[in-house]
Amino acid sequence: MALLEIRNVTRRFGSFIAVNDVSLSIEAGEFFCLLGPSGCGKTTLLRMMAGFDAPDGGSVWLDGRDMTGVAPENRNLHTVFQSYALFPHMSVADNIGFPLKMAGIAPAEIKKRVDEALEDVSLTGMSSRYPNELSGGQRQRVAVARALINRPKLLLLDEPLAALDAKLKEHMQLELITLQKEVGIAFVYVTHDQQEALALAHRIAVMNHGRIEQLDEPSKIYSFPKNRFVADFIGTCNILEAEVAQTDSDRMRVRIPGLGEIVTLQTDDVQAGTRGVLALRPEQVAISAELTREQDRNHFGGKIFDFLYLGDVTVYVVELENGSRVEAMLPNSSPGRAKFFEPGDPVEISWRFDAGRFLTE
Amino acid sequence: MNRRSRFLWIASMFAFAFLYAPLVIVVVYSFNDSRLNAQWVGFTLEWYRKLLEDEEMLTAAWNSLVIGVSASAVATVLGTMAGYAMYRYTLRVLPILVVAPIAIPEILMGVSLLIFFVAINLTLGLFSIVLAHIAFCIGFVAIVVRARLAGMDDSLVEAARDLGATPYRAFRLITLPLIMPGVIAGALMAFTLSIDDFVITYFTAGAGAMTLPLKIYTMVKISVTPEVNAVSTLLMLLTLALIVIASKLSPGTLRGE
Amino acid sequence: MQGRRLHKWFISGPPLLYLTVFFAIPTLIMVLASIREPGDFGGLAPLLEQAEDGRRTLNLTLENYQRFFSDSLYAELFFKSFAYALLTTSLCLLIGYPLSLLIARSPKRHRDFLVLLVILPFWSNFLIRVYAWMIILGPQSVFTGALNQFLAWFGFEPVRLLFTPFAVIVGLVYVHLPFMVLPLYANLEKHDPALLDAAQDLGAGAWQRFVRITLPLSLPGVFAGAALVFIPAFGIFAIPDILGGTGGIMIGNVIKQQFLDTRDWPFGSVLSMVLTVVAVGLAGGAAWYARRARALA
Repeated sequence: MALLEIRNVTRRFGSFIAVNDVSLSIEAGEFFCLLGPSGCGKTTLLRMMAGFDAPDGGSVWLDGRDMTGVAPENRNLHTVFQSYALFPHMSVADNIGFPLKMAGIAPAEIKKRVDEALEDVSLTGMSSRYPNELSGGQRQRVAVARALINRPKLLLLDEPLAALDAKLKEHMQLELITLQKEVGIAFVYVTHDQQEALALAHRIAVMNHGRIEQLDEPSKIYSFPKNRFVADFIGTCNILEAEVAQTDSDRMRVRIPGLGEIVTLQTDDVQAGTRGVLALRPEQVAISAELTREQDRNHFGGKIFDFLYLGDVTVYVVELENGSRVEAMLPNSSPGRAKFFEPGDPVEISWRFDAGRFLTE
Repeated sequence: MNRRSRFLWIASMFAFAFLYAPLVIVVVYSFNDSRLNAQWVGFTLEWYRKLLEDEEMLTAAWNSLVIGVSASAVATVLGTMAGYAMYRYTLRVLPILVVAPIAIPEILMGVSLLIFFVAINLTLGLFSIVLAHIAFCIGFVAIVVRARLAGMDDSLVEAARDLGATPYRAFRLITLPLIMPGVIAGALMAFTLSIDDFVITYFTAGAGAMTLPLKIYTMVKISVTPEVNAVSTLLMLLTLALIVIASKLSPGTLRGE
Repeated sequence: MQGRRLHKWFISGPPLLYLTVFFAIPTLIMVLASIREPGDFGGLAPLLEQAEDGRRTLNLTLENYQRFFSDSLYAELFFKSFAYALLTTSLCLLIGYPLSLLIARSPKRHRDFLVLLVILPFWSNFLIRVYAWMIILGPQSVFTGALNQFLAWFGFEPVRLLFTPFAVIVGLVYVHLPFMVLPLYANLEKHDPALLDAAQDLGAGAWQRFVRITLPLSLPGVFAGAALVFIPAFGIFAIPDILGGTGGIMIGNVIKQQFLDTRDWPFGSVLSMVLTVVAVGLAGGAAWYARRARALA
């Protein structure tokens, strides 16, 4: 039996359906991500898990118990809020000890456990500081320590790193991963940052318009997106209009209008004539100045339209014969050199047969 | 920009002079050794001395104090409840009832309460004054508390609930401490309003009860002596102190009002 | 969510109850009083009268309203009060606008202090403020003396300042000025300075910027301030009472007379009712206009 089960949960606000018949289960000890753009329903879903909102349909089960009608203070899970919600009029120690105080634990015991918690998040000595005296990163740690101190079954995190700058964010991401492993508690992490989700999670649920588009491990979602939305949302992706020309057992031929036919892996449930898109990751696209005509690869000719220097890689935008543009990403292996091709250079792009995926909407 | 801002400055200086000159005059003449508020004769504390001997004045001051404390205490409790309720729930009737006493001309409230008290056979006196004051003070406290609540971070209460606090405990440990400065500011404002009130008190005091504003009114209408200046100066000092404290506790309260 | 319902009534109940008993009900009683007979010794006649033959009659009448509408004196008085209030509001706007503008444009750290300066006089006792003008406008004051000297040089008769409509207006403006400044300031403070910069960049001079940008955007504040000045000023009685003498009577004075001197409560209630209707009507109108102005802004 899974730790947290969402069964056919629906939530409506007037005529707007925020969460649309969503089901998922979260196992004990896993780092689970709810990923999606703003308004996709992920925060609403989180709030229903926490108990701040009740589903209009379906139910939430924690540890085999139906949580319908159970108030937030009686659920054995805690939330780390986006704004951290540290009580400004209480010291760090009082903040962290708050759940224990609510549970009626003796003050001496509370002090002991708070000191331990402070050590766990590397904030020893900060117990009498106040939230407004702490930095963003420190506040975040206090919020996490506070939510973990009485060993809940599950920790819900609502975009906790959104307010931090890039460097700090990276650092905190690593800390969170380590923390989760140490503590062994299941984390349900809400974010709109797909990079973050890929980095942190054991499993990701990609949401859009209140539904789950795909639920899987990060690498599977990245490499085998189920539909156009997921392909586009996760990482960057080249999207080319395509039509199935001929299906086979493990490979199929797909026609790209204006360019020609390519070979790609067989997708389920399609037949000759099905329209869709070809999703192709830029790092899978190779560029060369000469025609290579390698086996096992699809080739097309074009010319460099533009490029974007990103430090570790350069993204080249190649314009193909049918006018469409494809991005190819090449590592910058030569120090000090921003690019290997100039705009206007004629080049050939190619990719492995199994690199691109044909997707219906 | 220079010419324009200079114009603004001059106009504003006039406005400030207009606002403060009269009060300054009252204060200055309270030390004037002359019955008339005309020429400056000499410095004296005579009028303040006379205040302390004036039985009626002292009674009036004491009454005002008692009324002020009782009315503001009750109004603060009821006003905080009203402010909280208006913030938390969508209500239709309460917001109107709270704001109306403040929005309409005071005389209407004075008059209707007069009829009401007589209709229910309540003898007019200190008690009726307190009841009247509470009615219009609730609104001020409610508005201040509500503004304070609106400025508070909602997620704090949710966090408290999330961490195991019942709604009541969340209110007591989180909300209340955070709005307390606003509540106190509201209480001080209510006290000041009560002490200063004239119109409503005039109608609900009946024959016997005398408050400071009523006494001042009688003195102004009948026998004007610089004693009025003296008591006015003292009253102004008290009000000044209270309001400065209130504004320190809840900055922006006075503005939001 | 049963508990939530209960909470709601638990919290809003007491203040609701108090205000219903001590505000709503008295108002309703006053409405009723306006159609009752005056009592023999003042106040109200009993609602139910028992005649000798045991019949019970309800003592209601529309006489009071008839009297109000037939005697032009009262209508005149209402108009006069309306005019005074209007003049007061205009003067408060004229004096208060530059003041509010100055405070709104000054650096942040000065602002709170300046606002406090404007508000402090407001928090002093209302009677004191009126009394102060008694001193200033009194026949023996330095100010009056100087003014009359000045007039004498031009061959004018000395004027009396106290106990005139002039004194009443001065008192009204003085007492209500902060009410105009506060909402106006609150509005002006929120104006985005970038708008003025943009206008200047596009060629608008100082006056143009004021008339086309600042003024229209400040209208909701102007209306709020106007309402806060006009409505109390309309129903005031203490200021005309102290500063106005016999000539400066406003409707508030008549209401006070009816209730405390003549003791004709029903008629007093009629006057109060009319005052309420006009005041509420204006407040409603101002609120509606403010909402519209805000929607357009």
